[in-house]
Amino acid sequence: MYAADEKPMPLDALIEDAQRVLRVCNACRYCEGFCAMFPAMARRLEFTENDIHYLGNLCHNCGSCLYACQFSPPHEFQVNVPRLMARVRGETYRRYAWPGFLGKLYDNNGVAVSLISAFSIALLFWIAGALGNPDRFFAAHSVEQGSFYALMPHNLMAGMFGAVFAFAMVALFMGFIRFWPYMGEELADFVKKPLAEGLHDAFTLKNLGGGGEGCTYPTEQKSFARRIFHHFTFYGFLLCLAATSVATVYHYVLDYPAPYPYISLPKLLGTLGGIGLLIGPAGLLWIKAKRDPDLAYRSQDGMDAGLLVLLFMISLTGLGLMIWRETGAMGTWLAVHLGFVLALFLTMPYGKFVHGMYRLMALVRYHLERRRPVPGIAPE
Amino acid sequence: MLDTSKTWDLLVVGGGNAALCAALMAREAGCSVILLEGAPKHFRGGNSRHTRNLRCMHEEPQDILTGAYPEEEYWQDLLKVTGGLTSEKLARIVLHHTSSCRPWMMKHGVRFQPPLGGTLHLSRTNAFFLGGGKALVNAYYDSAERLGVEVHYEAQVTDIEIEGDSFKSATFTLGGETHQVRAKAVVIACGGFQANLEWLEEAWGPAAKNFLVRGTPYNRGDILKLLLAKGAKQISDPLQGHCVAIDARSPKYDGGIITRVDAVSLGIVVNKNAERFYDEGEDFWPKRYAIWGRLVAGQPDQIGYSIVDAKVMGKFMPPVYPPIRASSLRELAAKLELNPDALEKTVREFNAAVRTGTFDHTIQDDCVTEGITPAKTHWAQKIDTAPYFGYPLRPGITFTYLGVTVDDKSRMILQDDKPCKNIFAAGEIMAGNVLGKGYLAGIGMSIGTTFGRIAGEEAAKHVRG
Repeated sequence: MYAADEKPMPLDALIEDAQRVLRVCNACRYCEGFCAMFPAMARRLEFTENDIHYLGNLCHNCGSCLYACQFSPPHEFQVNVPRLMARVRGETYRRYAWPGFLGKLYDNNGVAVSLISAFSIALLFWIAGALGNPDRFFAAHSVEQGSFYALMPHNLMAGMFGAVFAFAMVALFMGFIRFWPYMGEELADFVKKPLAEGLHDAFTLKNLGGGGEGCTYPTEQKSFARRIFHHFTFYGFLLCLAATSVATVYHYVLDYPAPYPYISLPKLLGTLGGIGLLIGPAGLLWIKAKRDPDLAYRSQDGMDAGLLVLLFMISLTGLGLMIWRETGAMGTWLAVHLGFVLALFLTMPYGKFVHGMYRLMALVRYHLERRRPVPGIAPE
Repeated sequence: MLDTSKTWDLLVVGGGNAALCAALMAREAGCSVILLEGAPKHFRGGNSRHTRNLRCMHEEPQDILTGAYPEEEYWQDLLKVTGGLTSEKLARIVLHHTSSCRPWMMKHGVRFQPPLGGTLHLSRTNAFFLGGGKALVNAYYDSAERLGVEVHYEAQVTDIEIEGDSFKSATFTLGGETHQVRAKAVVIACGGFQANLEWLEEAWGPAAKNFLVRGTPYNRGDILKLLLAKGAKQISDPLQGHCVAIDARSPKYDGGIITRVDAVSLGIVVNKNAERFYDEGEDFWPKRYAIWGRLVAGQPDQIGYSIVDAKVMGKFMPPVYPPIRASSLRELAAKLELNPDALEKTVREFNAAVRTGTFDHTIQDDCVTEGITPAKTHWAQKIDTAPYFGYPLRPGITFTYLGVTVDDKSRMILQDDKPCKNIFAAGEIMAGNVLGKGYLAGIGMSIGTTFGRIAGEEAAKHVRG
């Protein structure tokens, strides 16, 4: 049984197969220039389960090593590092989910779950609004009248979303606080110079570049498409986060409540971020559909697509809300938008979103480790 | 689809590095080119798939190459490993070519990287391909397809029609059908015969049954045999090749570089009678591994066992197969199916002969034996610290040197010593002209790139005038 195929396999069989594949890679080392994973591997002579989780999260699934591999299937050595490491990452996410019993949510956290939770929450908001006070819900409220805060008071909205978001952050932090020592590192070492280097690699997606020529993704032709669409997604997300933060400061510090005019800092940040969150996730879904099936473990496609669909819909409904905020449809736009946002926050610690955290931790550790001496070996 | 009525400017037989270099050069010169690769697409590229670098002459540091590797040093290195079995004229063409061919390679998508971990000693002499030889082969095929070279996979050439000194046509099978292809010139670059077990047995005798073929299973030497039968002048002999000691547990074919065992120089090697048979510490392993294939081939049943103890674990490149491990020598002997008494006796005598020195596996240290035959002249340490580890060894053939003679234009020479008009040979099928025996890391790709490019260029000149 090899991780190079699509069959389900028990965890210990997966780890054993990863050890076998890494022994092949370590005796070859031709792929050292593609990304950080191979130099990190080459520091080791044996691979513990901890090492495999670490290396798995260093892999960015760029695909370069699969096409360059002399031993990729159908060769009998069955070496397919991108797929193997995708499977390993799935195990990391499950294992470090908090609370632990929710780890199995990863198994079915796909597009359907994302959409069902988003629309269910939206429906609840809609029913509460539409049945509670239909006149107010379906009326047009001008910006001067407070637009959506006429329907849901700011403190209620901030309180509800703040609480769910805080829970998601705690759950993610619990993953961090357990995975970092599991890799064998001291917590104090996380906040040193390697953190800046890890952040640099994460923000530039240095390792999603096939050693500088582009990834062999979605096909064997080298391309930067995935890096570019990921940048749109990630920076779009950050801009939206910045928009919310600026608005919070406006509201509480400057006593300047929303809604804001189109030409204002929160709106400009949010609109730019929203555009990024339309282009990025759509692009990533598009190249995923064209992707060579050998490159990934398809059972996890649902998890990836679930997050992308949520991000895309948040942006779409957010922009819709902004455009039609002074019409009678605003209440419905608001309910649907809030449904998607809350669904993202709820599924955040149990879906693809966590990859960013584990990968950043692996990158920081890579930069920590790279400063340590390697045991000398005889010239090969 | 295949147009069999057409007369091509150039037919290239084979699909590895040399074949691709020839096809690209001729296409760049404006020739119409058809390339027939015998292997399926996934396994295209012959032994080039398994390579990782190019040995380059250079007078000063170049991007990823450190220091200088001047012509004279390169030439002396080659002279040493071949014991003079080389053509100085052709060899110097290769040396010169390697100093200037890399920009062209990069133009066709090949990328270079600094030396890999464990290969720092090659940082001066060898330019490593990013991703290895398969990445290089992929880049060349991409470029060839973009430029309009017609490529067919699983296209087995079965006959070559030669009239006097000229190529007329070739016959090949594709998808169960037989086709004929006519061309104004042909470049033959389809490798040696290492995967032809019958031919190996003819040359080596019954010992060949125990050989493993480290290289591609598609190099069966059918075209080589055909050319020799049709009057090509032979170079080298069927016993010469790149033959190294590899892990006996490796697959019969296509195991590639990872099957090597780098433990040899740090321990002892015994045969099936549990007796040592050669100085394991003669030199660094990279300089000696190419003789150990022959040494193991000369032992009973063509098997050897590299034995080390706990002291040296972690001091050599990790082999792909885990060692066979035991808490005592007797237990290890049993696991390796050796006579425990005999192994104990060999190790006892070896240990008694070890003279105290300062062990350092990164230099040629002063740890030697005294009063034992064969001696161990470096890195001799007592084998006395459990656990003990064993790696079984077999001869592993990467590629053979028997080939056709060529001239400086890569033209095939006939038995009357005259060059053919329009038949060119490149790569392993003519590597024996430069490499009569022995090996220098990275020189296979140097020969293939040089004569592949020359063959393509000369073929284009012949066709287009």
